[in-house]
Parts: sequence; structure tokens; C-alpha cells
Amino acid sequence: MALDIDIRNLKRVSVLTIKGRVDSSNTPELESAFQTLMDNGRFRLVADLSGLEYISSAGLRVLVSTLKACKRYNRGDLRLSNLPPRIVEVLDMAGMTPLFKIFDDTVGAVGSF
Amino acid sequence: MPDKSCLTVPGRLDQLIIISEFIAQAARQAGLDERDVFHVQTAVDEACTNVIQHAYQGIEGGEIILTCRRTDDTFIVTVRDHGRPFDPSAVPPPDLGTDLNARRVGGLGLYFMRRLMDEVHFEFDDKTGNTVTMVKRIGPRPQDDL
Repeated sequence: MALDIDIRNLKRVSVLTIKGRVDSSNTPELESAFQTLMDNGRFRLVADLSGLEYISSAGLRVLVSTLKACKRYNRGDLRLSNLPPRIVEVLDMAGMTPLFKIFDDTVGAVGSF
Repeated sequence: MPDKSCLTVPGRLDQLIIISEFIAQAARQAGLDERDVFHVQTAVDEACTNVIQHAYQGIEGGEIILTCRRTDDTFIVTVRDHGRPFDPSAVPPPDLGTDLNARRVGGLGLYFMRRLMDEVHFEFDDKTGNTVTMVKRIGPRPQDDL
């Protein structure tokens, strides 16, 4: 399936549910979703990746650049939840797992802020 | 699977999903397990992204020609284009460091291709174009380091 991004703004945290496939054709869409939230002062973000089927190196670069941007702000962060095993494998291969706080479920990730 | 299956698509990013579906189907028919199918899909996606963005430099009009074939113990994918050749040895290794602020981006695509496939070869020829050949062994590998 193509990329589908659903955004829920909670009191202090925004949750992005990212489903489908992230490749170089749609990384601008993902980047724009993150950027719009940050432009609106939302720097505490959780990405629920349970429905993410594929992410290319270009998609991983968007996650890392968003993480960097969020961390510039007080208590800002991009935390990841519900990672399918294949996505964990790709993150591990890219050496990115230690960069992120990763949670088994979205409730835990939201509550961690 | 048939001895060989081929797909020719325009060199555009919106074709990546079509390429991915073609590769998955060919790899499954060749008997690869789902993890290996995913590895081949990822490597081919990165190879084709490189073709579109670097060989064709984002300019539309070029084609990508994909071929999949199976031998007794390997699944072989070739990706061919007629864009600008590039020197894979000139691509620096990716920065896999854990210092977020110091970390450089880039170089991951080629790194993924080499990690996920058992062999990756590049050939550049004025007449036939650029060819990337990627080989996945079928069945247990001597060492599984992923």
C-alpha cells in the first residue's frame, strides 16, 4: 500500500500513525507532515509504526532529521512505537536504533514525555 | 519461476512501488523466504533510487530495465540504465555513529545493497549502459550476520 499518515494532537504530544510504504517517491510527504507539526510548535512527537511495511534509507534520513530538529527544543523528541520486526532490522542495520527511544506501544511512548 | 522475468519502467520515483511488487513476485516464485524477499526488495529499491536520482539526475525520459533469474542456488537481479555512470568507490561509507549531532547522512543506500545481498557488482559500458548485478544465495548461508 502507499503511504498513509494519520495525526492526532494530544495535550502535550502529537502521535503520527504511519502506514504503508515510505520510499523516495513519498519522503517529501512524510517530511512535510513532521515539518507542519514542528511549525505549529509541536516538538514532542510519537511515530506509531505498527502499519509501516517498508522504509528506505531516504525515509530513515527523514526520521533522523526530525529527531534532530525536535531535540533542539525543550524536552522535544521523536519517539518510536510498535516497530514491526523488519523495520527494527532496517533501523539496526543503519545503526539508528540507539538514536531513538523505542517503545512497545504508543500509550507507553506518549506517557514517557 | 520461469527462467527469467523482465520489467522495463520509466526512470521515475513513482515507479518504485511497481518495481517492488515485481521483485517480490519474482523472488517468491524463485522460492525465497519472506525475509529474503524483503532484503531483495530493499536492495533493489535503493539501487533504482540511485539510478533515478544520480544516473538520470531526476530528469525523466530514461528507462530502468530489471531482470530476475534463478540458478540452482542463487537469485540474481540486474538493474540496467543508460544514465550517467558513477564510481561506487567514490561513495564514502555511511556514518553509523551514535552521536546524533555529529552524524552525517548519506551513503546508506549503497551500504544497504551490500549488506542485504550476497554479491553486488557494477559495470559501466558506453554501449550497454550501467548495470548493477545483485546476487542473493538461496537457502542457508555460511554466516547469517543480520
